[in-house]
Amino acid sequence: MSSWERFLETFFNAKVMAKYLPDIAHGMLVTVELAALVIAAGLAAGLALALLRSLGFRPLNLLIIFVVDLFRALPPLVVIVFFYFGLPSVDVAPSGFVSTWLSLTLVLMAFSEEIYWAGITSIAKGQWEAARSTGLTYGQTLINVVLPQALRLTIPPLTNRTIAITKGTALGTVVAVSEILGMASSAVSNSYNPSPLTMAAVAYLILFFPMVVFGRWLETRMAWKR
Amino acid sequence: MPIVEARGIHKHFGALHVLKGVDLVLAERELVFVIGPSGSGKSTLLRCLNRLEEPSSGSVVVDGVDLLDPRTDINHARQRIGMVFQSFNLYPHMTALGNVTLALRKVAGKSRDEADALGRAALARVGLADRAGHTPGQLSGGQQQRVAIARAIALEPRVMLFDEPTSALDPELVGSVLGVMRDLRESGMAMVVVSHEMGFARNAADRVLFMDEGAIIEQGSPAAIFESPSHERTRAFIGQIQRH
Repeated sequence: MSSWERFLETFFNAKVMAKYLPDIAHGMLVTVELAALVIAAGLAAGLALALLRSLGFRPLNLLIIFVVDLFRALPPLVVIVFFYFGLPSVDVAPSGFVSTWLSLTLVLMAFSEEIYWAGITSIAKGQWEAARSTGLTYGQTLINVVLPQALRLTIPPLTNRTIAITKGTALGTVVAVSEILGMASSAVSNSYNPSPLTMAAVAYLILFFPMVVFGRWLETRMAWKR
Repeated sequence: MPIVEARGIHKHFGALHVLKGVDLVLAERELVFVIGPSGSGKSTLLRCLNRLEEPSSGSVVVDGVDLLDPRTDINHARQRIGMVFQSFNLYPHMTALGNVTLALRKVAGKSRDEADALGRAALARVGLADRAGHTPGQLSGGQQQRVAIARAIALEPRVMLFDEPTSALDPELVGSVLGVMRDLRESGMAMVVVSHEMGFARNAADRVLFMDEGAIIEQGSPAAIFESPSHERTRAFIGQIQRH
């Protein structure tokens, strides 16, 4: 057996791949589900926090800043492990899926809040004044005048951050979530062949490559024309 | 009854005493011009008249509504007080028509069709009927400022406040904005104008106020203030302006 054949046999073993394809496909489904839930909840929670912060209620803002800094500082894996292995000792036992979802959601919430907040504060004071001078309320001004401009500014950094955090779904493998990497790891143990990892890499590329390309496209399209 | 009656306005920004007991009474159909060196408090005074700036003390009554009364619905009251800013402050993500109709729909409660009709009429009044679908970025500075005026007059205000409306414009664009202001004045709109457009003041103002260091130093007809000011500071300021 030549070394080239051994390489193919090891990483692109057709028999192993065929056998575990359904598992990897199932893993993709779980990853997509987890990622979608993280993105939806994380971006919504981040926006909610940024809007609360814009009310300018000082004690609340200090709390928001503390929570945001906390989840920006902690490695996501530490948060996941904390929820999964730590919480059961106070009789709350979230599944691996819920632990991973909640952790990544909180991390995305923290990072996206900062991005939304930067967007909101970057809108010139004159926009607020013009709107308020015509009788619009604070909330109407925020929703109709400030947010549409702020969100446009935040889309590129938000897309990048969302991709980075969503890839963290692979961390779920540590707490037995049957997502792509988890399925591939157990397939490797069962088959004594690393080909399933190749499949996992391809699966991640299929899921995330379009997101990265989409992010790049948004970035050029949404760049603020001054 | 005066349309604007501001009495004893004081404004502090921290240790800074920006307005030191200013009175400003504006009759219906009257155009008052406010001049003075930068930092004299004229913009702050204007902004107190629609409570964009909260006076530290004093009273502001516009069209019979006490703006500083906590029971006053300030958002409702502001419909009656149009304001135009030095830097236009148009909403860049909306068309000219969108800029004009936003408050018509959200504040005045008009339907989209009603608001569009009123918005187009307001744009026509400032000579921009054909620019309704343009965004601010596609308009010249003078056109942007006229859209900003349309945005204010569409709400049918009882008084218009102008905060240096032509200071950010290239000289050749100033005329179109002053033209719209002149039309507005001829329609009987009460106006308070902070500006250094002396030619316009001479032709259109009923009264000129000279402010310095947070107080009104003197006031009178444009002729009286510009030709024979009684106060030394006024004379010095007008001399400086006219040299340019």
